[in-house]
Amino acid sequence: MKPIRLAILFVAALAAKAVILTSCADYTSPRPGGGGAQNPVEKPDDRVHAAAASDTAKSDGVQVRIDNFTFTPQTLTVAPGTKVTWINHDDVPHTVKSTEKKFLSKTLDTDDTFSFTFTDAGTYEYFCTVHNHMTGKIIVK
Amino acid sequence: MEKRITHNDGTDGIDRRGMLQCMAWVGTGLLWTMNGGILTSRAFGDEDDDKKMGAFSFAQISDSHIGFAKEPNKDVTATLKLAIERINASKAAPSLLLHTGDLTHLSKPGEFDTVAEVLKSAKVGKSFFVPGEHDVFTDDAKQYLERYGKGTHGTGYHSFDYAGVHFIGLVNVMNLKAGGLGVLGAEQLEWLKKDLEGLSASTPIVVFAHVPLWIVYERWGWGTEDGAQALALLKRFGSVSVLNGHIHQVMQKVEGNITFHSARSTAFPQPEPGKAESPGPMKTVAAEKLKSMLGLTSVNFTAKTGLLAIVDSTLE
Repeated sequence: MKPIRLAILFVAALAAKAVILTSCADYTSPRPGGGGAQNPVEKPDDRVHAAAASDTAKSDGVQVRIDNFTFTPQTLTVAPGTKVTWINHDDVPHTVKSTEKKFLSKTLDTDDTFSFTFTDAGTYEYFCTVHNHMTGKIIVK
Repeated sequence: MEKRITHNDGTDGIDRRGMLQCMAWVGTGLLWTMNGGILTSRAFGDEDDDKKMGAFSFAQISDSHIGFAKEPNKDVTATLKLAIERINASKAAPSLLLHTGDLTHLSKPGEFDTVAEVLKSAKVGKSFFVPGEHDVFTDDAKQYLERYGKGTHGTGYHSFDYAGVHFIGLVNVMNLKAGGLGVLGAEQLEWLKKDLEGLSASTPIVVFAHVPLWIVYERWGWGTEDGAQALALLKRFGSVSVLNGHIHQVMQKVEGNITFHSARSTAFPQPEPGKAESPGPMKTVAAEKLKSMLGLTSVNFTAKTGLLAIVDSTLE
């Protein structure tokens, strides 16, 4: 292959990786101004992700943010074996309790986290025991 | 006045019997008052007078959230103390103090201890409590019931009578369901039905509970799912006042003979329904404005009219 064509291919590959890295960062970084230091759960180099809009993610870990009395994303789909971590960004305490009593967090004050690894497929509905109008769902498939 | 002087022996215009008769009027210190349109009299210094006459006052405080230490209030114990000072400064000491829940922020023993300590200095007859969700969520009400469960039923509900008024403390923060609102539950409603059974419709009723019994704002969970069932049981009474907390602001509604009223918090204000993204503490309230958004409620009761005058005041 001619050197120039190789160079173009190399630059194109770099550009493509940059695009992928950027969209990964958008997906995994905590929201700007969020309380406390929080490292992205997934390192962008490790794997290729689908576009940021998708809520499907592989194992290791994904986040559910608690902001303004809301679980975000409210419905999260993950693969079996995924560790889900909830983090509270509100100024009031919240909890995470499965309606089927499969998991229950301690009281989460601001910046506290709770993690649970979902091994079995199924739908797991949960809510906050202090503000029971707050609900969320984890779909494992 | 009939002729008192009948024997004017000493020519000084006074005789012993007349003197004693006159002094009887002065010595007893009679006080005439108009109460509910009826002229009645009572002697000074009789503590049970107000109660006998059926006129008394009580105070309501709510949402002290001891343990909370973020914006806009880093010292909720101080603002609770201020509320107690306001109560103590009132002309007539309130006969009762009602706390409509969220005494603590995280139901920790130390937080409950602080509440009890501060309330010791309240110059009131007796205090009654109902829990808020913050008082029960970490340990299923274990700490709360240990301290305030004596003489109550089930999740902590109870009733008592004072000066002809029937007070009912309801608990609507236990056994909460996902996506729901506050809830009373079948057992408590059954108890309420029995509790009201023997009472005449002219008995003034005061219901106090943490979460509003009427739907204030469903989206933020501000309401009680089965509140309507309780209200149906109360409908036959001529005067019902429902006193709540939870929403950290004053709101009032009248429906037939039922007056609904929510009190301010002594800790932090919350936004009006829909006026913010969430019902959390209003963080950006200026320090000098905070106390004007916190407060307490004073309720004056007059037996003859069966009316309660509900007066809200702020801490500044």
